[in-house]
Amino acid sequence: MSGEARRVAVALFAATLGLAALAAVGLPAFYESFLYLIFSWIALATSWAILSGYAGYFSFGHGAFFGAGMYTTAALTTTLGVPFLVTLLVAGVLAGLLGLCIGAVVFRVKRLRGELFGLLTLAITFVLATIVLNTRIDGGPGVYLSGVPMPRLLASPTGTLYLLGLGLAVATVGAAYAIAHSRLGLGLYAIHDDEDVAEVQGVPTLSYKLVAFALSAGIAGVAGGIHAMYVSYVTVGETFSITVPLYVVLMSVLGGARHWLGPAVGATIIASSLYAFTGGQHAILGRAAVALALVLVILLLPQGVVPAVIARWRAWRREGRAPVASQAAVIDVAAQVVPVAPAALDCRDVWKAFGGIQALRGVSLEIKPGEIVGLVGPNGSGKTTLINVVSGHYEADRGRVTLGAVALTGRRAHEIAGLGVSRTYQIPRPFAHFTALQNVALAATFGAAHRPAREAQAEALGWLEFTGLGRRAGALPHELNLHERKFLELARALAARPRVILLDEVLSGLNPAEITSAIRLIRQIHERGVAILFVEHLMRAVLELSHRLVVLNEGEVIAEGDPQEAMRAPRVVDVYLGRARVVA
Amino acid sequence: MPSATLLGQSIVSGLLAGGLYGLLALGLSLSWGLLRLVNLTHFALALLSAYLTYQLGHVLHIPPWLAVAAIVPAFFVIGAALHAVFAYFRVAEFASLLVTFGLAVILESLIQWFWTADYRRYETAYATASIRIGPLFVPTLELLACLTATGLAVATWAWLRFSYVGKALRASAEDPAMAAAFGVNHRGQAYLLSGVSAAYAGIAGVFIALISTLAPSQIWAWLGVVFAVVIIGGLANPIGALLAGFLIGVSESVTMALVTPAWAPLVSFSVLILILILRPGRG
Repeated sequence: MSGEARRVAVALFAATLGLAALAAVGLPAFYESFLYLIFSWIALATSWAILSGYAGYFSFGHGAFFGAGMYTTAALTTTLGVPFLVTLLVAGVLAGLLGLCIGAVVFRVKRLRGELFGLLTLAITFVLATIVLNTRIDGGPGVYLSGVPMPRLLASPTGTLYLLGLGLAVATVGAAYAIAHSRLGLGLYAIHDDEDVAEVQGVPTLSYKLVAFALSAGIAGVAGGIHAMYVSYVTVGETFSITVPLYVVLMSVLGGARHWLGPAVGATIIASSLYAFTGGQHAILGRAAVALALVLVILLLPQGVVPAVIARWRAWRREGRAPVASQAAVIDVAAQVVPVAPAALDCRDVWKAFGGIQALRGVSLEIKPGEIVGLVGPNGSGKTTLINVVSGHYEADRGRVTLGAVALTGRRAHEIAGLGVSRTYQIPRPFAHFTALQNVALAATFGAAHRPAREAQAEALGWLEFTGLGRRAGALPHELNLHERKFLELARALAARPRVILLDEVLSGLNPAEITSAIRLIRQIHERGVAILFVEHLMRAVLELSHRLVVLNEGEVIAEGDPQEAMRAPRVVDVYLGRARVVA
Repeated sequence: MPSATLLGQSIVSGLLAGGLYGLLALGLSLSWGLLRLVNLTHFALALLSAYLTYQLGHVLHIPPWLAVAAIVPAFFVIGAALHAVFAYFRVAEFASLLVTFGLAVILESLIQWFWTADYRRYETAYATASIRIGPLFVPTLELLACLTATGLAVATWAWLRFSYVGKALRASAEDPAMAAAFGVNHRGQAYLLSGVSAAYAGIAGVFIALISTLAPSQIWAWLGVVFAVVIIGGLANPIGALLAGFLIGVSESVTMALVTPAWAPLVSFSVLILILILRPGRG
């Protein structure tokens, strides 16, 4: 991996040096401004993809940040006489702060995912445009920058802009690469696939999205600042038009928004073909031809050009899709003595309502260190809700949950995961674009284990071996059958190195042989000192594994104690078999 | 403080403008809510219809009510044909946005190529006719557009709510697999719905031709406002789209009257942002 990073760094550096040398030698001004435009679009599209491509929050508000940057530079240089290069910095910071503020409000509303987020950001663009138009920032007639002194990085003004554009484009692509291969990138990709699960697995989703948004907006702000000088006459109509937000989306999607290089490739293709058609007799039909090409590419290569080319290249070189288990380091987790710090999980008087439905009515339940507690009850009795409250997905209306001496109530789900609580989902929810290995590695990276990337990989392979999925490491979730996906859930929960694990019906849907092997696995997990809350309908397994049984009905604990005895309690028999009627 | 007449007049013109927003939003809301397709081509189709009305009326002297009779079935076919493309390539929600953006640009280019970028105005004898109610003037054509929008919204609502096809469409939007298991032929109904929304764009276009001055770039001028209307109204909710159109139209024109025209977008989009952030429920 570091070899690849070095190659990318060398390639970017060489490209920068080459292109910069080209300008120093002296390109005709026409080429300089043509290339400047491409660089500008590369920076814009790539910065957009940091939030929208990686995390899947499609923003149509990139024009707002670009425009904020343009007007920052325009206003500061013309009214206050601030040097151009200084205003670029200010533009970046202001646009970044704007992104941060918008994110801080918008990301807290769960509904605002997908297209609603996109439209909200578009609306923000129009609001910003109206404010700029009606205040002294612009006031209506536009701002002329023609009198602003251009710093002489190169002899000609176009050369200077060319260099600035080049620098920003290379820096942005470099940042995109670094993020894609970092913890932040891994977290963002997970948010893209399933944000709720990412949070429960320990990804600090809110702060990651905020960082990505601020960075994305900040880069767009700098690009706007440079562009203000390029156009030298800034108007609201041109600046906040639909062009920027739409083109960055098109460029990124065309090139491949999830790949660090995709937006740059898409930007180069679209920007140069647009330029080729500006002016001349065929301008209108040329535009139509570009649009048609775009439609065809999106229909035929929905993943984008770069991923499609890479896939072809790999197929041609007959490479496997993912690292094969035998080549990579494997941590033999089964052989390891695991130093799990034992902790008791304690729920005290937990209440939770959804609208008018009272899902939990004062549930109290304790799991002692190293204990297996079975939790049973009819469908709808509140078992899964309790797991959701403990893992932090829902906030309890009342009551307290503690792990050892630490209160879990009021913490975000990722903090709870970090403290050592893992869960599985009854219906497996793997990240769809991650291989089995990457799914487990994410848990090892973000869970209580908190491993660096390379170790997480080895550890994840270990857990895949442990659950018998070692040979499926490179498979995508949709290629796995139900039994394998259930075990993937288990591997994922284990890789986090939890102190308490909440198993939500891991056995449902499995055949008898698979159940037997699952029970064996759960025993092994227990032997490692992990406390287990075992939610299950299958009585054979519950009675076999549980040290203690808790029976839940309509959100209340109706029996607790020795498994056999608890099941014989009259209230439990009533709930399961109906009330006994004495017929006279 | 402006006079009551000015305020009343601005509310009237807001309601009328809102009716047109609602009419444009109607088809968009249907295809987005029920087919999960965000159809930017809708705006281009409306403008195409407007130019066709202009061409038929101004050049060939065919009156607009006859133009409607030709445009509605033709646009129904275009809508269904568009859906054939989406269905064949299994276009997902976001891809649909990009594909239809491309198609809208193509249509815009074709319009510009044929009719040039010059402003076009369809002059009719009744263009400036208006009804006088007390101190208020109500332009006849805009009133007709508004009434048509209301009629179509109510009819569409009833269609979705009471007819088998409407129920089947709503069921498929909620859970396609489950609806199919109950024997719903989603495919056929999707063609029908796409055709209907395109036909709505056609009707909106006829009124646009009669009411306003045409330029190819107008496609993008409506984008923001109409999307705001669709979202505020709630996806696949015809009555909601109409009422949201009125809300936005009135808030815009009252702002124009009370403050200055330039602040109008701030009001409509602030309304949208506040509603998005503060509206409770809906998961």
